[in-house]
Amino acid sequence: MTIIIGMEGSANKIGIGILKNGEILSNPRKTYITPPGLGFIPSETAKHHQGCVLEILDEALREANVSLKEVDAIAFTKGPGMAAPLLTVALVARTLSLMWNIPLIGVNHCIGHIEMARAITGANNPTVLYVSGGNTQVIAYLEKKYRIFGETIDIAVGNCLDRFARILMLSNDPSPGYNIEKLAEKGKKLLTLPYCVKGMDVSFSGILSFLEERANNLLKKGEYTKEDLCFSLQETIFAMLVETTERAMAHCGSSEVLICGGVGCNKRLQSMMNTMCEERCGRLYATDERFCIDNGAMIAQAGYLMFKCGITTSLKDSWVTQRFRTDDVLVTWRDD
Amino acid sequence: MNDVSLITQGAEGRVFNAKFLGKNVIIKHRFKKTYRHPDLDDYLTKERIKAEVKSLVRCRMVGINVPALYDVNLHASEIVMENLDDAIQARKFIYERKADRSEVLGIGKEIGAVLAKLHSNDIVHGDLTTSNILIRPSSEKPIVYLIDFGLSYVSDKIEDKAVDLYVLERAVSSTHPDSDGFLEVLWEAYREKGGKKLNSVLLKLDEVRTRGRKKLCFG
Repeated sequence: MTIIIGMEGSANKIGIGILKNGEILSNPRKTYITPPGLGFIPSETAKHHQGCVLEILDEALREANVSLKEVDAIAFTKGPGMAAPLLTVALVARTLSLMWNIPLIGVNHCIGHIEMARAITGANNPTVLYVSGGNTQVIAYLEKKYRIFGETIDIAVGNCLDRFARILMLSNDPSPGYNIEKLAEKGKKLLTLPYCVKGMDVSFSGILSFLEERANNLLKKGEYTKEDLCFSLQETIFAMLVETTERAMAHCGSSEVLICGGVGCNKRLQSMMNTMCEERCGRLYATDERFCIDNGAMIAQAGYLMFKCGITTSLKDSWVTQRFRTDDVLVTWRDD
Repeated sequence: MNDVSLITQGAEGRVFNAKFLGKNVIIKHRFKKTYRHPDLDDYLTKERIKAEVKSLVRCRMVGINVPALYDVNLHASEIVMENLDDAIQARKFIYERKADRSEVLGIGKEIGAVLAKLHSNDIVHGDLTTSNILIRPSSEKPIVYLIDFGLSYVSDKIEDKAVDLYVLERAVSSTHPDSDGFLEVLWEAYREKGGKKLNSVLLKLDEVRTRGRKKLCFG
């Protein structure tokens, strides 16, 4: 029997998940929500995490009915992410490790997303679209690495959505992306936005500047509603993502797609991707907000796979890093 | 047109074998992508057909090997092209000849020279991967063909050409992680053929690379 605790806090979510032989026993999470028009600043996000990390740990242990003595390893997010929040969580992980003499496992956040989504959906070897506030990558597994075939050449898709929500002063509760999604459902009129695809890469900064310059004016003149703008933004950027994913599938000869990361729970993105898959007799795998959005269980899941291969992280190597590429990790746990 | 049979479904559309004026041809049909908004789909499909057709002709004029263009039907979203049925994708070529390093490097050199010619004529391909480069065997050295010009455009900007190469570099290192030296000979041939003007593209490529690597990735 293997019990792994996973601790995640690389951005504005803090979550702790407990896995027993790969089965999720608990997975509580809290989100640092800022007022409309504002993003989350690293130092303040870290303060939020510091304020509730022990409470969430308690909750996770209680719900799982597990005591720290029984835990085999503590997996924590090594990166990528914001430094201050990462440090907060790593510090707690190290302290627990020393107090209870439990080995540590430093996990790449992106790998956590991929492995969680694979475990939940049962997708075997899919082309992965990883979309979140800080990341936009089209990934496929080849020879022991998750290789990046396409990615954003500037800002992440979630960052584009978040910042657009700030232009419109939408609420950040539960997340800016969710509120854009809801408004977009009522949008009808498509505004032509820049469409920027370079092979399997995408770019969002031009779209964002375009909207920054025009959105408020278009609303004032009554030419477009907030709903129309949310609709236009989603239709455009999701079409770019589906197109580049399809291009990676065609290039790699793959027929499965897996969507993960926070933006991955957007129903419109899932439905567009599903249509694309149907048109090429492929299959889509997606999960809901419990697993798409950052959580502790995903770090525990990647940690569990690493632990089974005998990988642990020594105390002196338990530092965190803001930059940690998905393709830097040697995937020793996959044999295909 | 008759005897139409599907060969493959690429990212851009479906490709069919067919007969056209007695010739064996391929038809590339950009079917309606119902996942995207009809207005956007219509716009993108038309833009890409136009881009592809223009670049095929432009390449042909300056002596870059591309399939000959026979017909365009914007209304049906179809183009009819020469069938290069004895050519294989560079991707397949590299996989199949993993053991023969000198042959793989030889191809890298040929590709580098073709890309130099492409960029010297201010054509940016926009989607350079080893799937979009074909290798046609010949009695002397293999001949390189470029296909899939849907994302191509005309530009004399160093930046655009550097990004074009960056896209290729990323595709090669992800698709062929063990192809040591392949990109090096490719850049060398590109530099050699391209002269001073294209040397600045390679310098810009260094800058584009650091942009990619330095990108924050969290969330």
